[in-house]
Amino acid sequence: MTTKKSPRHHPAPFGRALFELFSSMRFAISLLTVLSIASVIGTVLKQNEPYVNYRFEFGDFWFRIFEPLGLFDVYHTSWFLLLLAFLMLSTSLCIWRHVPGMLRDIRGWREKAGRSSLRLMAHHAEADGEANREHVLAHLTQSGFRFRIREHDRVWQVAAKRGAWQKLGYLFAHAAIVVICIGGLLDGNLPLKLMELAGYKAPETRDMPQGQVPEISRLSASNLSFRGNVTVPEGAAADVVFLNAGKGYFVQELPFAIRLKAFHVDYYTTGQPKRFASDIDILDRQSGKIRQSGTVEVNKPMVVDGVAIYQASFGDGGSPLSFARWDLGNGSAAPLDARSQASSALTIAGQPYTLETGDLRVFNIENLGKTESQQSAVTVNKFEQALSQAASVKGEHNLRNLGPSVQFKLRDATGQAVEYLNYLAPQPLDDHLYLVTGMRREVAQPFTFIRMPLDTEGKVDTFMRVHHALLDPQQYPAIAKATADAAFRDGAFSATNRAQFAEVTRSVLTQFGSGGFPALERFLDGKVPAEQRQTVAQTYLKILQGAAVEAFAQAQRQAGLAPLPMDETNYRFLMDSLVATSNLFDYGPAVYLQPTGFTQVQASGFQLTRSPGKTVVYLGSVLLVMGIFCMFYIREERLWVRLEAGRTLIAMTSNRRNADLDHAFAAHRAALLPESAPGAMPKPKPAATPDGEPT
Amino acid sequence: MTTLPAKRPVGAIAFTALVLVAAMISFSRYRGAMDYYEQGILFACAAGLIWFGRFWPAMQRFLPLCGAIALAAIELYDRNLARGGSNFFLKYLLTSQSLVMWMCVLFFLATLMYWIGLLRRSASSLSIASGLTWAAATASLSSSLVRWYEGYLIGPDVGHIPVSNLYEVFVLFCLITALMYLYYEARFAARSMGAFVLLVISAAVGFILWYSFDRGAHEIQPLIPALQSWWMKIHVPANFVGYGAFAIAAMLGLAQLLVSRGILASRLPSYDTLGEVSYKAIAIGFLFFTIATILGAMWAADAWGGYWSWDPKETWALIVWLNYAAWLHVRLVKGWRGNVLAWWSVIGLLVTTFAFLGVNMFLSGLHSYGGL
Repeated sequence: MTTKKSPRHHPAPFGRALFELFSSMRFAISLLTVLSIASVIGTVLKQNEPYVNYRFEFGDFWFRIFEPLGLFDVYHTSWFLLLLAFLMLSTSLCIWRHVPGMLRDIRGWREKAGRSSLRLMAHHAEADGEANREHVLAHLTQSGFRFRIREHDRVWQVAAKRGAWQKLGYLFAHAAIVVICIGGLLDGNLPLKLMELAGYKAPETRDMPQGQVPEISRLSASNLSFRGNVTVPEGAAADVVFLNAGKGYFVQELPFAIRLKAFHVDYYTTGQPKRFASDIDILDRQSGKIRQSGTVEVNKPMVVDGVAIYQASFGDGGSPLSFARWDLGNGSAAPLDARSQASSALTIAGQPYTLETGDLRVFNIENLGKTESQQSAVTVNKFEQALSQAASVKGEHNLRNLGPSVQFKLRDATGQAVEYLNYLAPQPLDDHLYLVTGMRREVAQPFTFIRMPLDTEGKVDTFMRVHHALLDPQQYPAIAKATADAAFRDGAFSATNRAQFAEVTRSVLTQFGSGGFPALERFLDGKVPAEQRQTVAQTYLKILQGAAVEAFAQAQRQAGLAPLPMDETNYRFLMDSLVATSNLFDYGPAVYLQPTGFTQVQASGFQLTRSPGKTVVYLGSVLLVMGIFCMFYIREERLWVRLEAGRTLIAMTSNRRNADLDHAFAAHRAALLPESAPGAMPKPKPAATPDGEPT
Repeated sequence: MTTLPAKRPVGAIAFTALVLVAAMISFSRYRGAMDYYEQGILFACAAGLIWFGRFWPAMQRFLPLCGAIALAAIELYDRNLARGGSNFFLKYLLTSQSLVMWMCVLFFLATLMYWIGLLRRSASSLSIASGLTWAAATASLSSSLVRWYEGYLIGPDVGHIPVSNLYEVFVLFCLITALMYLYYEARFAARSMGAFVLLVISAAVGFILWYSFDRGAHEIQPLIPALQSWWMKIHVPANFVGYGAFAIAAMLGLAQLLVSRGILASRLPSYDTLGEVSYKAIAIGFLFFTIATILGAMWAADAWGGYWSWDPKETWALIVWLNYAAWLHVRLVKGWRGNVLAWWSVIGLLVTTFAFLGVNMFLSGLHSYGGL
């Protein structure tokens, strides 16, 4: 179309040349390509992350190059919008350029086509004898043709056509692109961008209560289109949403307020979530009266005043929590009240700390690996096993609910924080119960878990007593003596060095008390030659175990309780206590916060959008589908029948020359020509001709 | 099924009657469980099936056969999933998983027979290959129908149409690609194309086997809330008509490129025929891909808060769409033919594959249901 060389000899005026360029096929194709490539960027680079993350990921140098190019929010940059605008322009000009001709073509009959021009058509046939006129017209009507008859100079010629929608399809499909772009533009943030450029509005970058955000970062409820998020705790209400804007955010006022009455999560038996739903009230902004109530679910938004409310996320909305605060230094406990999603001051061993509580999670459903039947040793052949498992669509899962957990951080005065994940319910392992606490020093790391054994009453108190006894140097002499006495009573050691044994015991206890098993190991590494280390370590371990038994007994006596017999259960308890005590050395501040209760307050995250362009976009979409269908699946056909001097000439053209046209022509020829004369075959179609459709 | 069977009014009437009777039985038995929308959809489906049967008479036998197999499986299950492991017919033939395995075997055999037929110019081998493909397609559709039912046997709240994860849609991909190919094969009386088209199906089958044996992906999982929408039922299949068609076009493009270099030229259909089938596949694929993307946008407007979020999956769908829009423009408007378009359709399949699989594997976003 535009690839043809212009026949003009003088250079085209600039405007004309620009029109030629923008409405050209080549420009359109290039635009589609550039648009595709630009779109790829935004899928490879994660969009709309906080800017610090990008700086961290790419380093300062690339960050300074990427940021002004808008690569962190490609689809809203001015250059991307410009590309879309060009696509719209190109499509509009293409329509402008071709539609008038097309409409003329659709309306025209081409009834004046002469004999010679009909004969030039690729599909034509002639025969002696004139076809029956009534029969011709009946056939045309039956085949869905509209026609016009022309009679002059003893020539009777009928020009017929059908399938005008084929060309209209072109119009629909291309108009659809323009309509969709307009709809998208209506929903885009162009007006806001312009106001930002003009300096009327600027995003807020500071973290502050919403009410204090200045007017320049607030958008009124009359804003035509927006898409923002807000999190509402149960029982609370919100009348604004927050719009992401690059480095900061805008506060968008709503024409109403949303109050979250309750948030629900339902689960399948397999532990996967089944339903997220928020029961909400819509309140009048001024009076606070309830205008309407309803439930918002995923896939079931609620529309109020043209604003659609979606269930977007959920979380903890600040639940009252109670802890038992165990002081790991002296083994005492005191109650502590806190609230999730909040921070409070805490003094630990005389040092100021901040307790930053995170999420309360009421359900922790974990897949604990394969079930016993799946691990059975009978199926040796791996392939057979895979085959037998592939036979059933129902999987076996070993799921367990670990119960509620609280995540929190303890931050010291220098800003260093240790993060904890503590479970409320005792967790069973081989028929014994433990309290589980997880600890990590960096967010990127997984939690390291410590299991504290529970006594027969299901309490952690006994462990805490043992823990304290093992760490209190004042008790070591007594423990060491008792350990030595017990060892020599059993006759396990020769009687000569009882005092020396007590001294070694005290030393082992001191090492263990200064850092657990790792300290003991360091001590061995430093003092004992490598070849003897194994044997000495064994002995030390035995001595430590013996000392632990005595420490346990002593702790019980001090608490006014009878020492427990060293049966299998209690011995295991003691060994678990040793391990837990050792692990607690690397636990950060010497405090264990045992969750003891909570009142769950959930929060629901809503997305609110107002998009007036939606209907326009859908209209465009319908046009697009109709257009594509008409373009591909309706064939525009024209058929001429010419009766002249005892001969019949028929000719046919179509928008697309292919096998289908050959079939159709053969059928018409058989029906219309009096006696098909052999030899009047359609000419073979010329190779690689354009199908004759405009852009 | 060498050529399209001539219009046999008896078959068409019997099929129409069968569909109407089935719709009436469903309506009378389950009307209580359906709202007005669903009742409307039921009859619209019946009308659609009747139309489809007229449009492609082979469906007048294929669809009732698949339905009969599914009903037999349901009858044998007798509302008890455990019977799948104990009943002989179920275990080796009619559970969805056995049907999938049969489908895999049949597709592999069909591929082999197409290649034997192509290399030895054996019409009978090609005819057997075509029959095997039909059998594989039957196993595929039946397996999906049975699987649909099995979901409800696991739990009334677990059952759903099997198009919700990568495993299920791969079976759907095999089915749709095979059926579209069989249609073109009959229409253009060009069976040797199957050697190429079945390669891409075999690749999908290989993936299904790996995914099932190694990852246990065949387990039916309940739907997460975001997928609980009736849009899923139409969005996903429409998309796979697109993917299947683009895959066919690419494989025929490959055949075209070989023919242009004189390889297999005497055995394959003519260069122009390959090009024309390729074009027809892209045209139908483009139409359905457009519809699927629009349906996806409408679903997104219900689920994610906006019809377009520039999510990686959406963006890649747009890229695929732009790619084929450009392909169609240069063919229809510029009149391009030949190797450039053939290369383009091959590359187009790579782009499509990335949009289908790569996005789920490498990019994160809202559309993370089909992750590996």
